[in-house]
Amino acid sequence: MKNFVVSVFVILFLSSVLQPFLPWYIIAPVAFFAGYFIKQSALAAFGAGFWAIFLLWVSYAFVLTHANNDLLAHKVATLLPMGGHVSMLLLVTGIIGGLVSGLAALSGRLAAAL
Amino acid sequence: MNYFKFILSAFVTVVLIVLLNSQLGVAPPFAKFLNPYQGFWQNAENTKTWKDDEAHVPGLKDEVKVYFDERLVPHVFAKNDQDLYFMQGYITAKYRLWQMEIQTHNAAGRVSEIVGEKAIDLDRMQRRIGLGYGAETAQEYIAKDPASKQLIDAYCDGVNAYIKTLKPKDYPVEYKLLNYKPEAWTPLKVALLLKNMANMLSVFEYDIENTNFITKYGDQNFRELYPDFIDAEDPIIPVGTPWNVTPQDSADHSKMQAGNAGVIRNELFANALTKPDEITGSNNWAVSGSKTKSGKPILCNDPHLRLSLPSIWYEMQLVSPNMNVYGATLPGSPAVIIGFNDSISWGVTNGGRDVRDWYKIKFKDASRDEYEYNGQWVKAEKKVERYKVRGKPDVLDTVVYTRFGIVVFDQNFGTAGSKKNLAMRWTAHLPSNEFKTFYQLNCGKNYDDYINALKNYTCPAQNFVFASRSGDIAIKQQGRFPLRDRASEQGKFISNGTSDKDEWKGFIPSADNPTVKNPERGFVSSANQHPTDSTYPYYYPGLGVYENYRNRRINKLLTDGKDIDADFMKKMQTDNYNLLASEALPVLLSLLNRSNLNEQEKKMVEELSKWDYYNNAGEVSPVYFEIWWNELRKLLWDEMMDKNVPMKQPNFYVTVEFLKHDSTSVFYDNLSTPNKKETREDIVLMAFKRIEDTLRKKEFTEVNEPYDNDDNYKKDDLKAHDWGSYKDTKIGHLAMLDPFSSMHVYSGGNIGIINATNTTNGPSWRMIVDEGAMKAYVVYPGGESGNPGSAYYDNMVNSWAKGQYYEANFIKQGDELGTKKLFTSSFKP
Repeated sequence: MKNFVVSVFVILFLSSVLQPFLPWYIIAPVAFFAGYFIKQSALAAFGAGFWAIFLLWVSYAFVLTHANNDLLAHKVATLLPMGGHVSMLLLVTGIIGGLVSGLAALSGRLAAAL
Repeated sequence: MNYFKFILSAFVTVVLIVLLNSQLGVAPPFAKFLNPYQGFWQNAENTKTWKDDEAHVPGLKDEVKVYFDERLVPHVFAKNDQDLYFMQGYITAKYRLWQMEIQTHNAAGRVSEIVGEKAIDLDRMQRRIGLGYGAETAQEYIAKDPASKQLIDAYCDGVNAYIKTLKPKDYPVEYKLLNYKPEAWTPLKVALLLKNMANMLSVFEYDIENTNFITKYGDQNFRELYPDFIDAEDPIIPVGTPWNVTPQDSADHSKMQAGNAGVIRNELFANALTKPDEITGSNNWAVSGSKTKSGKPILCNDPHLRLSLPSIWYEMQLVSPNMNVYGATLPGSPAVIIGFNDSISWGVTNGGRDVRDWYKIKFKDASRDEYEYNGQWVKAEKKVERYKVRGKPDVLDTVVYTRFGIVVFDQNFGTAGSKKNLAMRWTAHLPSNEFKTFYQLNCGKNYDDYINALKNYTCPAQNFVFASRSGDIAIKQQGRFPLRDRASEQGKFISNGTSDKDEWKGFIPSADNPTVKNPERGFVSSANQHPTDSTYPYYYPGLGVYENYRNRRINKLLTDGKDIDADFMKKMQTDNYNLLASEALPVLLSLLNRSNLNEQEKKMVEELSKWDYYNNAGEVSPVYFEIWWNELRKLLWDEMMDKNVPMKQPNFYVTVEFLKHDSTSVFYDNLSTPNKKETREDIVLMAFKRIEDTLRKKEFTEVNEPYDNDDNYKKDDLKAHDWGSYKDTKIGHLAMLDPFSSMHVYSGGNIGIINATNTTNGPSWRMIVDEGAMKAYVVYPGGESGNPGSAYYDNMVNSWAKGQYYEANFIKQGDELGTKKLFTSSFKP
């Protein structure tokens, strides 16, 4: 459990530092290395990767859209189409980032087990 | 086993990343688009805090300050003209970059690069009518004028300085959605924008349609349905104004004596450019001090264009030691296009003159290497156009250039099977420098400056209205107009492109273009009507393309008006009186056989009979009239709706006169009922019977049903709602994305009405300049920001729809804005 929390924190922290300067998929190598170096079960590695980026992306997106009164998010959620539901758009955003990060962390863990 | 698990997991991860980072069909690349660090969330503008900022911008000579007011209108204060235009470019790009670029991509025939093969025909058309060619010609010409070049370069440098500050996260949201990135701004793009405008405003030629009509229906019908002038003509230059014009003095006059080899009146053509059904033009007028409360002139202008978001105009104030000018700018192009400064004001409406002529080209053989000219074969120039198409291989298209213009329609383009070669000669292909006109107007001080500024303006031809603080008013139709042969009505039909006799003989000298200064009646005005009556010494095709309603309404209101002030003008610009209906409806009602009407229809007749002819949003009668009138024209002019033989419907005025005076014409018979011969009364009734049906079929959205409690009609039995809901005005996003559009805008008006708001077009900028109070009132259907994630994207739409205005903050220095200041941006070299 301790390693899970450490793992989430490491991925979340490093990604938030690196993402402003690098393409979004920098989350994959970050999660991979966290998975590789932090010892835990494969499932836990995936979970840590998933939740770290899910939390990071959803909370940052929430901060941005909140200051905008959901003006743009509402339009995009209509366009994509999600019936204009901003919460749905946030959820999808989190899941997309979470999946990539989770899979990368899992790959890192599996690489460490070789 | 462990290896397998790892490889599988790593493989899935990589595939997922690639998928989420690439564009699949029309969907954006999901992770790229949705991640909060670079994706669209970054475009969600913080609407709560605005603070002053500072930046160092390489390329500036001196400090520039930009004050943004409460509507986010920038007031740019520079210490020299170069810095001024540099910063105009920089700021415009900051708020309108995507729009600027997509418009030039459109003009350049490059939309397929972004949206793929669905735009390829659009792109080919743009290049075949020569928008790029015209822009290149203009750019080369402008480069010879160092002063213009320097300022246009400064503007482009400013745009590019802004683009350089952008990281992918800062790109406008449309770039993220469509997955591409901005490219550098160039003087060619500035020229392309003006050619794009020229294209929108040059559609009023019907050479091909007229040739088809006269071929099918003969000369007599043509004279009746497409007269050069109408009885109720109320031209821009008041009737009786003397012409200080002598065509005989023009250098090209002798060439005119040679006559014309003859236009084509006995052949059918399958292709023509698509055109709007009836002109949606623009209004402008100026009244002299003799008619105003203040004793000084008031000038008004509202150009009608397709309503779009981001708005076609960007409101700005530009201040340098050389000028202090305010008004509507065209994003991507320097200077103010419609506006005022501390001495003068000006505005434009479309001239509507025919500035495009079509020529049938005779090639020697299918290779199209040579064409006939004065009895000989001369070599044609060929240009291979290459189109990059997103996700597909490049497309190539060979376009042939002749001395009669670019061959637009040929074996490779237009209706399949039509092997006819039609070239188009167009004044937008002439070398010209429209920027200089606007620059000189921006710095202008008086009437002489205004006339001098217009001197070399070429295309699109415009009616430039003018007023000065010193008390002058004037109007001039300016553009380059070809000298054409009157006897053969050159320009009205397709010409034989085989000899020098068919060519344009030269151009009407600018000084001879129709103009009037300080007329006795105390006002000047234009609304896309005939510029002159028939006494104007030069021949130009009349064709009945001119607007005949707004002009008469405007002139009546201005003639009657006394002690005019800005409020009077506000009421006038948003006037909904339907002059067409006032002339057409009594005729329709008199021709309507009422013996077989149902209860619902009787109520409609009753409503219509009581109507005061105002197309206000809350009325129902305009709905009935509109449907009746449109259906009647479909039944009456069905002969002109043959898809394989493009023809033009006679205009509204001619249609009303025709219904009134011609009781037995062959055109009353409907072609879709071969066994029955309809009469005038038959089709009037048939059209009337379609009103109910049309209303039942129309889907009203909940948003535009504010008058649900109408006593006469319940939602369930008849969806007869008021005019505002029926018209259902839409201000559409340029990429046709509904969530980024202003939908269901509730307003009155229509084409042919001063408030010319119909479903898709309308007043794109309303401006009233009171030279006495030195105040101006403006509004436009959009907002200053091009970002759909900004509160300033469409914040003026409601005021616009309601006919409300904002007082322009026309200031001499930044601190005058006081509490109206949102923030200040300071730029240093």
